[in-house]
Formats: sequence, C-alpha cells, structure tokens
Amino acid sequence: MSIAITTQIICFTVLSLVILIGALGVVLLESIVYSAFLLGGVFMSVAGLYLLLNASFVAAAQVLVYVGAVNVLIIFAIMLVNKKEDLKPINDIKSRRIISTSICITLLSLLIRVDLTNAWSLSSPQNAIGEESTIRIGEHLFSDYLLPFEVASVLLLMAMIGAIVLARRDVMSKDISTGLPVDQELIEKSSEPLLTNKN
Amino acid sequence: MSLESIPIQAFLIVSSSLFCIGIWGLLNSRNAVRVLMSIELMLNAVNINLMSFSSYIDNNLIQGQVFTIFVITVAAAEAAVGLAILLSLYRNRVTVDMESFNLLKW
Repeated sequence: MSIAITTQIICFTVLSLVILIGALGVVLLESIVYSAFLLGGVFMSVAGLYLLLNASFVAAAQVLVYVGAVNVLIIFAIMLVNKKEDLKPINDIKSRRIISTSICITLLSLLIRVDLTNAWSLSSPQNAIGEESTIRIGEHLFSDYLLPFEVASVLLLMAMIGAIVLARRDVMSKDISTGLPVDQELIEKSSEPLLTNKN
Repeated sequence: MSLESIPIQAFLIVSSSLFCIGIWGLLNSRNAVRVLMSIELMLNAVNINLMSFSSYIDNNLIQGQVFTIFVITVAAAEAAVGLAILLSLYRNRVTVDMESFNLLKW
C-alpha cells in the first residue's frame, strides 16, 4: 500500500477504537434500535480495516452484504417484533453475570497471549500483489474453489426458501392443528398463541 | 524504532477483543435480536482474523480473502434464517425474551 506508515497507524487506531466501542455499545446499550445502528457503524469500520489490509473487493462485499443486507434485515426484524415488555427479573442474575464475564475475560487473555507469544512466519515482501487481489479472488472462485462457490449458491437459495417458509403466514385454507379456517388478511389479528407458557 | 507496517498482532488483538465482546453479548442478552447481532459480531471477528492472516502470511495466494467471502455468504444466509425463526417464534410466544424460550427444557 502506498500510504505512509503514520497515516496507516492513525487510521488503524481510529478504526479499531470505533469497532471496539461500537461493539460494546451493541452489547450494552438499553435500546435495541441504537444497537442496530451502532452495528452498522461497526460493519463499516471493519470494511475500513479490510481496505487497510489491501483488500478492496472484500471491503466492498462487506459493505454491500453486511451494511446493505444484514443490518437492514435486523432493523426490519426489530420493527416487526418491537414491543415494550417488562422482563421478568432473574433471581441469580448476579452470579450469571460474574461467571460469563470471567469466562470472557479468561478467553480474551488466552487469545491475546497466543497472539503475542506465537512466532508468526510472516512472508516478505508485504502486500506483494496489492490491487491485483480482485483478479486473484476471481481466479480462485472459478478454479480451485469452484465447488464451494456452487454449493454456496445452493445454500443461499435454500436459506431464501427456508426464510420464506418460516416467516410467512399460513397459505392453506385450514389450520393444520386446529382445523379452523385461517385468516389470510394482510394485518394479523390478535389470536391465542399456539404455544402457551406453561409455568 | 520505525515500523515497516502495522504489526499483525494489532489486528489479531482487535479481532480477539471483538470475538470476546460477541461471546459476552451472546451469553448475557435477553433480547433475541441482540443475540443475533452478537453472532454477527463474532463472525466479523473471525473475518478480520482471516483477512489479516491472508495479508501477512499468505499474501500471494490470498486464500484467506476467498474464505472471508464464503463466511460473508454463510453469515447472510444465517441472518435471514435466524430472523425468520425469530419472527415465527414471536408469532407463537408473543415475546422476544430469551428466558421464556424454554420449550426444550426438561
């Protein structure tokens, strides 16, 4: 990359701070809508890190797929299930928090120790192919990664059909379990939930 | 000391921290949508890892970038199916509280 090292370090620091603080916000903020928009910011900053690593194609794919599709999908899901509800308090919440936080900190220290102590066999010169990476990815996808590429397209088709089947309202005229006629209007009427909470 | 480039350890530490934040959110969220967001954070951490290895260790073949493309594809499929499951779950239980999804508990 032809950017000066000082600029690279400044960009890296800003992007990683945005990623980490944004991720903490996603996890910790009370409002789920703020979390969703912060998640979009995190995805954009990850795309910036990819640009720093000389991978413009993957950065573009990250912006298109994550910010353009996944984040919008999440915001739509929030819109569809956004109901204010008072959560029942859990009595052993404190011990759960302590246990999960200690597990996470232990895992983090383990990972950081591996990162810092392992002797990575770095290749030189760095970023040798530079902007040719898009061509190289295309060659990979149509030669040695052809089968995974085709399987991925089948997977996407299956996921699309599965999502439609799972999320649609009933299209049959009778309910399978109760035998009653199904209302097929656009707006859902209030009905008895199928699985009631038994406790 | 002058650096040639950013050390790979910096990228790895960022991705480790992001992964652990994702795990913490996965374990502690009560809202099911936030659980899906935490999964996306963890997948992004893995992607940063793959991309930095691809750029620093395998910069001639860049197989890590191809892997990242596949991970992004699978993540999109996972998000679509996960949110569809969430919608049908919400239609049946009228809540997104993770604590009330105890159908498989015995």
